[in-house]
Amino acid sequence: MTEISTTHPEHLQHHFVDEEQQRESAKMGMWIFLLTEILLFGGLFVAYGIYRAWYPEMFYNAHKFLDVTLGTVNTIVLITSSLTMALAIRMMQVNKKGLTVINLILTLAFAFAFLVIKYFEYSHKIELGQLPGNLYTFTGVEGTNPHIFFSIYFMMTGLHGIHVLIGILAIAWILKRTLKNEFSNNYYTPIEMTGLYWHLVDMIWIFLFPLLYLIG
Amino acid sequence: MDGHKVHITPIKTYLAVATLLLVLTIVTVAVSFVNLGPFNVTVALAIASLKALLVAFFFMHLFYDNKLYLVIFSMALIFLTIFLTFTMFDTTTRGSIEKDKAVPINKEATIYQQK
Repeated sequence: MTEISTTHPEHLQHHFVDEEQQRESAKMGMWIFLLTEILLFGGLFVAYGIYRAWYPEMFYNAHKFLDVTLGTVNTIVLITSSLTMALAIRMMQVNKKGLTVINLILTLAFAFAFLVIKYFEYSHKIELGQLPGNLYTFTGVEGTNPHIFFSIYFMMTGLHGIHVLIGILAIAWILKRTLKNEFSNNYYTPIEMTGLYWHLVDMIWIFLFPLLYLIG
Repeated sequence: MDGHKVHITPIKTYLAVATLLLVLTIVTVAVSFVNLGPFNVTVALAIASLKALLVAFFFMHLFYDNKLYLVIFSMALIFLTIFLTFTMFDTTTRGSIEKDKAVPINKEATIYQQK
């Protein structure tokens, strides 16, 4: 059994037995990375839990200064972008590259829309002085230590926003590679990995939205 | 390993999941305007978890893929739950422990009984 395979696909690295193994390894690595991402945000969720347990009234009063409409729109935007991302991968699986490109562009558009809405929310808060920590100058919130709510708000949505930004770069990169015809239904692992990352970003927002905007 | 294990999800499934996610988003916003007392958080988190699972199982293919990925994902959730639960036990029950601070409970510990 010395002759294994002399002709192998260009994308198959020599240290893998076959494409299946390469694909599964990539996916496992990506999931481990996503695990670390969940734990990274986990720390912030725990901080949120602690301060909400300490200052329930203040959290309730402060959350009223977030715009539920903009938050809801952003949730819908992000869920739709997850759908187009999933469809982009699906279209590559059936070798419809044109539709992959369209879906990737739509995903990018939704990602930008998310950041634009976030920009308006942030600039409104900056204007009012609802800023984290020492920068907090707003006086309209009743309750103890309202700056803590806004510190947590900016930390959580800010870290999430950075992830959206990185997601945009990743999607732009695979869009470029798709346009250069580097993928086919045999090899589309980078699109799949970017998709997993993008869905995680969506998943984190799914929790951030009710915790920050919808305190009952 | 057989070469073609890749599952291709029908477009219908993706659309159904996305619709469900959007409906649940509307539901969670609507529920937040109803005063359920402490249950508002519970309902909001339950809906968010359901949405997250839909994303993980269908958009991220955990339902069809090698179950090893599901194990890795569950690991993250299990450890996050431990982290969160025990921190909450601690921070919400601090008050009841502080009262006993004046009592030297450490004297009862075996380490002090050695000499």
